[in-house]
Order: sequence, then structure tokens, then C-alpha cells
Amino acid sequence: MTEYKSGSNLEKVLKAGYFAFTGECGPPRGANVEVVRKKAQHLKGCVDAVNVTDNQTAVVRMSSWAACLILKEEGLDPNFQMVCRDRNRLAMQSDILGISAHGIKNMLCLSGDHQRFGDHPEAKNVYDIDSIQLISMVKKMRDEGAFLNGEKIDVPPKIFIGAACNPFAEPLEFRVYRLKKKIDAGADFIQTQCIYNMKRFREFMKRVVDMGLHERCYILAGITPLKSVGMARYMATQVPGMDVPEELIKRLRGAGKGKAAEEGIKIAVEQIQELKEMEGVAGVHLMAIEWEHRVPEIAKLAGMLPRPKVE
Amino acid sequence: MIIAEAKPISEILEMVKDFSKILVVGCKGCVTVCNVGGAKEVAILASSIRIGMRKKGKEVEVGEITLERQCDPEYIEELRDIIKDYDAVVSIACGVGPQFIAERYPDIMVFPGVNTKFMGGAIEHGVWAERCAGCGQCVIHYYGTMCPIARCSKSLMNGPCGGSNHGKCEVSPEIDCIWDKIVRKMMAQGRLEELLKIRPPKSWLTARDGGPRKMVREELAK
Repeated sequence: MTEYKSGSNLEKVLKAGYFAFTGECGPPRGANVEVVRKKAQHLKGCVDAVNVTDNQTAVVRMSSWAACLILKEEGLDPNFQMVCRDRNRLAMQSDILGISAHGIKNMLCLSGDHQRFGDHPEAKNVYDIDSIQLISMVKKMRDEGAFLNGEKIDVPPKIFIGAACNPFAEPLEFRVYRLKKKIDAGADFIQTQCIYNMKRFREFMKRVVDMGLHERCYILAGITPLKSVGMARYMATQVPGMDVPEELIKRLRGAGKGKAAEEGIKIAVEQIQELKEMEGVAGVHLMAIEWEHRVPEIAKLAGMLPRPKVE
Repeated sequence: MIIAEAKPISEILEMVKDFSKILVVGCKGCVTVCNVGGAKEVAILASSIRIGMRKKGKEVEVGEITLERQCDPEYIEELRDIIKDYDAVVSIACGVGPQFIAERYPDIMVFPGVNTKFMGGAIEHGVWAERCAGCGQCVIHYYGTMCPIARCSKSLMNGPCGGSNHGKCEVSPEIDCIWDKIVRKMMAQGRLEELLKIRPPKSWLTARDGGPRKMVREELAK
């Protein structure tokens, strides 16, 4: 029998050697359960796990763990995102125990967008611990069965630990080392920020492979389909650490009126196919922001269906 | 030093509107150096109060004094004979000053005339920047002698985050990404190995999070 760290679907798929395909679901700005269920239906059967964002862009939403529970009821494998902005070490550890108690087995550890971007810029920020310290803390809870303070946990949480990586953020030369730090801290899998510049990502992955990091951790490449020229421009100019090559923008514009979205999907599909062949890449994380209903189509076109079932 | 900025005169006038004998108290410490609470600013504020109140149709008597420091009781004591001629005090020292005056003279109303901002220094003429968060356990030498607690928007001890943007912080182009500076300096110094060490969670017990702080030095305390 295979020994699993958490036994989540995502872990099983990766461990069995399949090319993983994960999706994302942003919880609603309200207690609207139906919205979550509807998004779940689009994703079901198309992805191995679904990330649930944690007050993304520092805007208040239904809590990540609560939306995770709804996804789980819908038969999906949730990936609980936790940011360091809103919780101190007490709240973090109790939420980790809470999600584990409810059978949520994946978790993505993030710093989080600063609250000054969000809808409550006056809020006090927490940042008691940072994302790398959070990874270490979850690992300690799982593997040593101990809280951060060293005290024993009665039934430790079983979590497949994830972390993020932005290959294109500055200072560039340090990014691969920061990835290494996250893996040293205990990350089992990595989901990268959205990749548009495939040439640069290939170079980044070469460094990752040269350092042997892909053998210590599963690396999932992040893809966000571009819906429009405007979105591409916004990504290129307004989002730090995002590299959208000019030729992609040209391609979207060249698609003609009303056809940019289709072209965006085509680009994403080509990227996924290219990533499938890239050394060191264990899967793709598809962040189709408020475009969950297009995920089945993208999955199909990219040859990601059917998703494997690992017992 | 402690950096402060003047409160808007409208806010100060609102504070003192019910008083007719007001003493403006400056401080020759940090706030003199950052041009907000010294003798010069005392004179300016005093006449602003007089003019402002006159515009509201009220004549007030405004006294002026600047103490050596407002964070030492011995200098606060110098107010004893003066303060009884007034019914309100506006202190333009940092937040310590008005509290020390109020503790010493509990019968008089004491108002803060400045907003205390941070611990920092002048980076150029007329520009001050934060350098220290007073966390009580200094480890800046791990970080190329730059403090990520005070100078990273997220106080990351294992930065930089993904929001570092051309040497600036994702929060604002006005804020330098201190992690960009830390990484560049330490890599240039051949100190990558130090950066690869995972710095464990910090104990905030020595910071404000552990409750209001007090320091006792037995050899000095009587």
C-alpha cells in the first residue's frame, strides 16, 4: 500500500505519476451557497483538485474553509488556501485542525495580497508568521504531531502541503532559491503564478531541474486564460511580476472583434500541451477567474480528460 | 528619532474651543529635529490658535514654552509654576509628552498637537522614512542590516513576496521593496547561504504584542 501524507485526490494522482490538472474557485461575496455549488458542477470531473481562495485580493468573501466544505459535499477535492494577512498563529493552527477534521486534505500556504488593495484598506494586518514559516508549521503539525510551541496534538492533521511560486517576480535571480526555501520548509507541491512567457518559464524550469527541486516536490504550472485584450493589457501593466509577451496581446487583437476569448482559450490550451512535455512540470493549475464554466472545454481541448481515478 | 507631523489647525482649534488660556508646549528633542515641535513651531501654533479663535469671535491668551525634553519628569516639573495660569495645554512633542504632562498635572486638560508617526530618520531634506518597529529583539544583521519587520509591508522574515515590482512594493510605488534591497545586497556580498536559511517565526513577546512595555535597569533605578 502506498504511504500518503494526506491521501488527497491530488496527492494520489501526482504520486501515481499522472500529469495533474487543478482548478480554482473564488468564493462569493456573500453567503450564496448556490454560486459555489454551480461553480463546483462546472469543475467536477475536469480537475483533480480545486483551490479555494482566501479573501483574494484582500476583499471579504465567504471563508475559504467554508467554501471548501461545500465543494467537498459536491464530490470535489478542495485545496484550502490560507494567507498570512488575516490570521495569527493561533487562528491558523485552529483552522488547520478544523479543515482536517472535516476531511479537507490539501492546503496552499500564501503570504496574501496586502489589505491596502482590498475593500477594507483600514484593517490591521497580521503577518504574525510568513508563508515559509506557515509551510514549516503545517509540516510540524502533520509530521511531528506538534503545535508550533512544541506541544503534542491529539490526532494531528493530515495535509498535502502546497506553496506558491512566481518565477517572474523580482528580484529574478532569487526566485528559484525562494522556491528551494519553500521546498526545504516542507512544501509537497507548488502552484506557480500565471505563466504567459513560456520561453522564460522554460528557462526557469531548467534551473529548477538543474537544482533537482522537481524531484523533491511536484511543480504545477499556473495558467490563466486571457479573456480579452483589455485583460491581457491589465495583466501586463498592473499586476506585479506578470510577464505577458507583446505577441500574445497582438494575437488576441488579431483574432478580431468578439473572438479574443476564443483565442485566449486556444493560447491556454497550447500552453498546457507544451507544459505537459516540459521537464520537471508535474501538472497544470488552471486559474480561470470567474470563468469556471469554460473549464470543461479547456480541459477537453487540452487533452486533460478523462481525469484519472486512483484508489 | 521619533518622527511626527503637525495636526491640522482646524483639529486643534476644535480641541481648545472651550478654553481661553492655552499653553502651547514644545520639546527640544526629536520633534525639534524633524521641524514639528520645537520653539519655532510653538510660536507658529500659538499665533495660529490666536488668529483662528479670533476668527471664531473669541479672544484667547496663548502662552508659549519649549522644554528641554517632554519625556523626562525633571523637565516636565519646570511647568509647575507656569501651568497654573492656564486651563488647557497643547503639547507638540511626540505622544509621550502630553501624557507625561497630564500625569504630572492631572487637573489640567492636555491635548496632542501632533500625530506621532514612526521611528526613523531624514533620508533627504524634508523627507523622513521609517527604519525601526521597536520589536524588542533586533536581528537586522541577518538581513544586510535592513529591517524587514519595519520596512516590508508584510514584515516578511523570509521574503520577498511575489509583489516585489521593479524594486518597489506592491502596496505603493512610493514604498521601496526592502526585500529587493536585502537580496541584492546580500547576493553581491556573497551571502546567499544566509538568505537560504529559514528564519523561524518571531516571538512578538518583546514587541507591543506582549503588552505595554517597561524597562528597568536595576543599577540606575533607586
